[in-house]
Amino acid sequence: MRNRIAYLLLIIFFSFVFLVFYRGLDNSNLYTPKTDVKDIPEFTSKTFFEKKSLNSRDIFNKNNFYLLNIWASWCVPCRDEHPLLINLGKNKKIKIIGLNYKDNFNSAEKFINEFGNPYSIILVDRNGTKAIEWGAIGVPETFLIHKNKIIKRYVGPLNSKLIEEIESYIK
Amino acid sequence: MKFLKLFFAILIFFNFNTLKADEIKIQNKITKNLRCLICQGQSVYDSDSEFAISLKLVVKNKIEEGFSEDQIYKFLTNKYGEWILYDPQFNKNTYILWFLPLLIFLFGGAIILKKLINIKK
Repeated sequence: MRNRIAYLLLIIFFSFVFLVFYRGLDNSNLYTPKTDVKDIPEFTSKTFFEKKSLNSRDIFNKNNFYLLNIWASWCVPCRDEHPLLINLGKNKKIKIIGLNYKDNFNSAEKFINEFGNPYSIILVDRNGTKAIEWGAIGVPETFLIHKNKIIKRYVGPLNSKLIEEIESYIK
Repeated sequence: MKFLKLFFAILIFFNFNTLKADEIKIQNKITKNLRCLICQGQSVYDSDSEFAISLKLVVKNKIEEGFSEDQIYKFLTNKYGEWILYDPQFNKNTYILWFLPLLIFLFGGAIILKKLINIKK
């Protein structure tokens, strides 16, 4: 009797371990930070073309929807999501703000000339510290902002499904 | 005498280095306790990824702005969650983490004690 209970416990234990690891197979390797911070950070940055200093308060000041997209010309996934952003940029209800991350001006300008400019403003982050203020871990990363709050963040490139999700938010 | 004055002037001048050295020391201490979120098992101090390089710069800037070590940890956990710290802070979310080893130790001790008492009988 005691032996049977021991076997049963062993089987239950191994099934549990198997289940935990099996479920873990589906988990993404990409770490998405869980944070309570929903307010947008305050920072000052230079604009890409005009080289003018701009405070975040002057950018996100209306009850509009904003999409902050962190991009770089050297980032390959950014090229994939770029056409989607251009399409989304045609929607008048949302303003797309670009944050050019650790990039060379000439390459970034070439990128914009080649693939188009979906951004109403492009800010420059030469050393990556502004992206850290946003809690970003790399490029591309996108934040959906409404009423000065971050309502959704997307780590990695956007795809058509996520664009549909963004469009459902701004309807 | 002139030589002595010059000697002391140089000595005092070079002593200011320790201020900077302290800053670097605390910066290294903090970055060693930060997990590089996009690397596998590396601290920010050890990593040369773009994220880690920027984070080192942020820590350096915050120290220069006069932030204390705890304030920097708080700033970063606000942005990235508790996961960024190798040494998790003691709060209600980490009670189990801190006390579980102790509980297991006590439980094991109790089992051994019970066995010993049984043997003596």
